[in-house]
Amino acid sequence: MPFIPHTDSDIESMLATIGATSVDALFDEIPQSLRVAGLEGIPLGLSEMEIGRLMSERARVDGRPLSFLGAGAYEHHIPSAVWAITTRGEYYSAYTPYQAEASQGTLQMIYEYQTMISSLTGMQVSNASLYDGGSAVAEAALMAVRAHRKSKSLRVIIPTTVNPNYRRVAESTAGNQGLRFETVPCERTAGVIDFAALQAFAGEDIAALVIQQPNFFGQLEDIDRLTDWAHEAGMLVIAVVNPTSLALLKPPGEWGERGVDICVGEGQPLGVPLSSGGPYFGFMTTRLEYVRSMPGRIVGRTVDLEGRTGYTLTLQAREQHIRRGKATSNICTNQGLLMTAATIYMSLLGPQGLAAVAETSLARTSELVSALSVLPGMRVAFEGPRFHEAVLVLDRPVAAVLTELERHGILGGVDLSVDYPELGQALLVCATETKTSADITRYASALGHALKAVRAA
Amino acid sequence: MSQVPAELKYAKSHEWVRVLSDGRVEIGITDHAQSALGDLVFVDIPEVGRELAAGEACAVVESVKAASDVYTPIAGRVVESNAELATAPEQVNQDCYGSGWLLRLEPASADELAGLLSAEAYTELLAAQGN
Amino acid sequence: MNQILEKTIFEYSRPGRVAAAQCPPAADAALVASAKATIPQALQRRDAPLLPQASELDVVRHFTRLSQLNFSIDTNFYPLGSCTMKYNPKACNQYAMLPEFLGRHPLAPASQGQGFLSCMYELQEMLKEVTGMKAVSLNPMAGAHGEFAGVAMIRAYHRSRGDLARNEIIVPEAAHGTNPATATMCGCIVKEIPVDAEGDVDLDALAKVLGPNTAGIMLTNPSTLGVFERKIEQVAKMVHEAGGLLYYDGANLNAILGKVRPGDMGFDVIHMNLHKTFSTPHGGGGPGAGAVGVSARLEPFLPVPVVSREGDHYRWLSEADRPLSIGRLSAFMGNAGVLLRAYVYMRMLGREGMSRVGEFATLNANYLLARLQAAGFDLAYPTRRASHEFIITLKRQAKELNVTAMDVAKRLLDYGFHAPTTYFPLLVPECLLIEPTETESKETLDAFVEAMVAILAEAETDAEKVKGAPYTMPVRRLDDVRAAKQLDLTWKPVDSAA
Repeated sequence: MPFIPHTDSDIESMLATIGATSVDALFDEIPQSLRVAGLEGIPLGLSEMEIGRLMSERARVDGRPLSFLGAGAYEHHIPSAVWAITTRGEYYSAYTPYQAEASQGTLQMIYEYQTMISSLTGMQVSNASLYDGGSAVAEAALMAVRAHRKSKSLRVIIPTTVNPNYRRVAESTAGNQGLRFETVPCERTAGVIDFAALQAFAGEDIAALVIQQPNFFGQLEDIDRLTDWAHEAGMLVIAVVNPTSLALLKPPGEWGERGVDICVGEGQPLGVPLSSGGPYFGFMTTRLEYVRSMPGRIVGRTVDLEGRTGYTLTLQAREQHIRRGKATSNICTNQGLLMTAATIYMSLLGPQGLAAVAETSLARTSELVSALSVLPGMRVAFEGPRFHEAVLVLDRPVAAVLTELERHGILGGVDLSVDYPELGQALLVCATETKTSADITRYASALGHALKAVRAA
Repeated sequence: MSQVPAELKYAKSHEWVRVLSDGRVEIGITDHAQSALGDLVFVDIPEVGRELAAGEACAVVESVKAASDVYTPIAGRVVESNAELATAPEQVNQDCYGSGWLLRLEPASADELAGLLSAEAYTELLAAQGN
Repeated sequence: MNQILEKTIFEYSRPGRVAAAQCPPAADAALVASAKATIPQALQRRDAPLLPQASELDVVRHFTRLSQLNFSIDTNFYPLGSCTMKYNPKACNQYAMLPEFLGRHPLAPASQGQGFLSCMYELQEMLKEVTGMKAVSLNPMAGAHGEFAGVAMIRAYHRSRGDLARNEIIVPEAAHGTNPATATMCGCIVKEIPVDAEGDVDLDALAKVLGPNTAGIMLTNPSTLGVFERKIEQVAKMVHEAGGLLYYDGANLNAILGKVRPGDMGFDVIHMNLHKTFSTPHGGGGPGAGAVGVSARLEPFLPVPVVSREGDHYRWLSEADRPLSIGRLSAFMGNAGVLLRAYVYMRMLGREGMSRVGEFATLNANYLLARLQAAGFDLAYPTRRASHEFIITLKRQAKELNVTAMDVAKRLLDYGFHAPTTYFPLLVPECLLIEPTETESKETLDAFVEAMVAILAEAETDAEKVKGAPYTMPVRRLDDVRAAKQLDLTWKPVDSAA
């Protein structure tokens, strides 16, 4: 029997110990009328060899196209050591480190993670991760409302330059608790928050402003001015950032005069494979004064009975298993394994390596934009500084061009025409350090053909 | 056996109330409550000026194994909070009826005090709960 | 004296040391310089982040050594009640990590993911079959996330009917803490009800809280007390008649897999912990996956995306296809890689393997219960059949010997066993909640009983020894009060000098 070790004689002697006549007799408290007859909809079991073959065939169907997709999930090189260590059974098959004495490995790793991510974001404290970037934004909005000492407002400003999926997750998660999200449009020249529109909120009672940097279009916001304006208006500031970019860009802890109050983001770029959207992890850091309002697990360093350094979960009284209906969140799972991968990734790259990844991605995107925007019918949507993504506008339907590119084995970018119809036929492209000059040339050449094909049609 | 000073009034939810000479009242948690919680690591006290209804949750006392709401036994406006507890929550464990007080209220009405438990009645309550 | 077992990774750091193989090949220096020049100084970082500057071997050694400080299923018996710590088959990991699956971008078109999507579609179908529900969404990323989706759907259902007053969620007092926390997150009011002396829901108490404000009830069955809720059909009838819906918390689905289906018990919405019942890894605290299943009337409210099959083609259904959906709970597609692992597991077990899970999980629990009872341990519910887990209470030992459930749990670590769940459920004093799972052998269970017997003997002759445990772990008991009062949450460079 797969994964069940019992021999016939084991079963017999165990039943004798219990005093039961059969295994089925152990279900005698369940009403007979409720018993399952059969599970005809489930196929018969497969051996490891058979499932291996099936999965390899399905994987082959999906292939490995050349991808210029970004929009919140980024293809980066993952050092071999990262997953070789992360999938060790001692990490992979351990539980949440509630029994601290038997979980020092996981606990110390989390402490090291908290240190790295706090420093990267320029904040004082970090939790041990949340589900993903989208749910981290939702949790940050809830936390801001909870932590704001001077305002009881349930309103949070989340501009359209924030990832639309993050906005949707925030709405479906926090809307149930009465939070109201206000939007601010982007201005069309630089593709950043329309500051004049934002200023219309001055004088209103609002809990927080969300700022994404680089924003969803890859453009860089004027974070100092925005942060200071929001603080002046009595709001907390929530930063949503790409961790790779922070090797180059100003950390949220240093934005404006005082720095932001809560910082969140998608941790996937730090050593986590794209894997169709998950599992990823969301990170969250904050000021020390808000630590008790933060959701999720937190690890602290302390000493044992003999004075030796050790690590343990701390501030647990915030959490659902103790506070039940009054907890800061219902979250109990974090994304421990992904955080393990990220900690190893950051350790291997170090400050120089991460900066090299960020700089190379920046340069490749610049190269990509130059190569694509010179093609007839293509133009760059926004001026101003950007990181490793850019919006291009086409003079013909994006969807049709992307389908044409697929025929060349290229995923050319994300069609923005559904979420941002005001931008026209807009395409979001991304190049990370994984793209070579040859890849970019190949894309430009295929796009040239695709543009002709779509026009012809 | 936990201490129950005779001169104080008590609530079933294990808070004590002391009437000060100026008519204001001081509120804290009882010896039984602090001992059941264990070593406190954090106390969240209300802001001065807040209006509280009787029975409203007004503070949180947190140990490593539990976090409990503290309910004000009577209505009133918060006139003072024990700021020292922010850095020294252990004072609640060490001296819950003295330096471990949580907040002081300007009571909305003096009548509510009569509805609280006497030391004797509170001792009986503890005994009935098996303490 | 501070002895440190494994120093922090930061203490391996030396300025200028780089794991060079990990860095990308240098792009054209002029290109990098001109690209960087487009970013104003005010937006740039001034000081490098505190990341280690270490060699590849330093990093590999450090994190391998850290791993060796952990207990895990691969190294130890882990009878953690309510957590279902069963063996995670290696094949599930290997086949979910094929390069094509790992490399697929979440926004890649469906035409570039028919292999992946067909697995997801079949997983949805298998989960429907095994739970008796009408439709499934794979989107939620953990059990508590699935609970959130479930209660949000219950609210959306009532609202869609104009039944706006229904905002009360009934929760038995033995429930997981996530149940009441979830109800609060969904903007509901929690009504806790007691269970009777034999562990079933108190029907009189239930009748009293049911009414026009009832949104629904959240139940775990078998309950967290390790017993099957025998009055489930009556509970379902009462709640439905009051206009409420039934939510099934799938934390204990392992107990009844292939034997009883939540859909047949009358549940309207359920979540499944794929990291428990379908053996995806716990990963030191995640990732999980909390797929949700619903009856027909709740299908329109399922969180998006959901996979549909149209002819031979698979595609995601999104907000446009499901206008009544409670929306999106993750930026993309939930924990897709975890879902692939669950898919491989279910295909390997197959139809015949599903019912074996429930059968052998129950056999192991009842065997362990019988042996511990014979060895002198007190059961919390001695008149009941154990499901896949059971509770022993050490109230007597705590009183007579001054040895608590926590002491016994810590001493078990010295014997090489992970502790059972302690002090949950909260209503049983000094409890240990023990769940052996179906993947453990009789010899392992016997060895556990021997350890428990030895600890009981120690408690009688040398209580202090048990109270001081553990002795053989990397650390002794930790000072939790100090950890919470003198918060030390990040490493500081001065630490190494001290």
